[in-house]
Amino acid sequence: MVELYFLLVFMIIGSVGALQAKDLLSSVVALGAVGLGLCLTFLILKAPDVAITQLVVEILSIIILIRATLRKDLPEVPTGGWMFPSAMGVGFAVILLLVALKCFPDLPVFGEPKLRVAQHYLDSGLQETGAANLVASVILDYRAYDTLGEATVLLTAVMGVLAVVRKVGRKKPDQPEEQTDA
Amino acid sequence: MIYLLCLVLFCVGIYGLLSKRNIIKMIVGLIIAEHAVNLFFILVAYRRNGRAPILAPDVAITQMVDPLPQALVLTAIVIGLATTALLVALAIRIYGKYGTYDIAKIRELRG
Repeated sequence: MVELYFLLVFMIIGSVGALQAKDLLSSVVALGAVGLGLCLTFLILKAPDVAITQLVVEILSIIILIRATLRKDLPEVPTGGWMFPSAMGVGFAVILLLVALKCFPDLPVFGEPKLRVAQHYLDSGLQETGAANLVASVILDYRAYDTLGEATVLLTAVMGVLAVVRKVGRKKPDQPEEQTDA
Repeated sequence: MIYLLCLVLFCVGIYGLLSKRNIIKMIVGLIIAEHAVNLFFILVAYRRNGRAPILAPDVAITQMVDPLPQALVLTAIVIGLATTALLVALAIRIYGKYGTYDIAKIRELRG
């Protein structure tokens, strides 16, 4: 499990780099590195379906974020009076870390999951659904309402994006600066 | 302890979400926190020396990792993409209206 620790440390370093980078484009590129490290971690943890989905989703979200930062790589100019939110962020993270340390003994030991519900899926998934891939049988049969809700959320988000970025039918088209849309 | 590293990753994301003044940086922090939560679910599901939950003639049931958190994370990843797209669309509109991503300047320009 050495490679797992290595990948996690790589992801932490990459995310700190993504948050502290000076221009937005390198920040987005560092975020892409973090996402690909997450994809490799899923592969090591024996979750190939999740790894494939993460790869596709990561590429799409990087494309969307680059669309937002292209031609706008404004240098971040820190002005005074911004110490308070920074201290607040660090303080909140430290408090969350301390509280979560209390909860660690209640978690199942790494490598020995408690299969309460999933044991039934593992035992009788093939007879009940006929799917060799048990993840697919959980998504599409046992918890198909979850997938229906996911499709609803996707549709709503796409409608929201179209409503936000559209140009046609907007009330004030005579704005001086160039309207950007995707 | 591997859960601790996952939690540190989540805290890095929360720090970015709370303390950055650039909207794109805040979105990046949110995505990092989301990655950490997904990773935590998959970590809980892992079984030592386990196999992927795909039935094959040479795989015994006792060797498989937990398929239930993997299915939930699969749903959560796609929903994360949808929310990211909506956030970025709102950020692009804000840039078109105010000409900056800086939330302090946007606050001054309001009105």
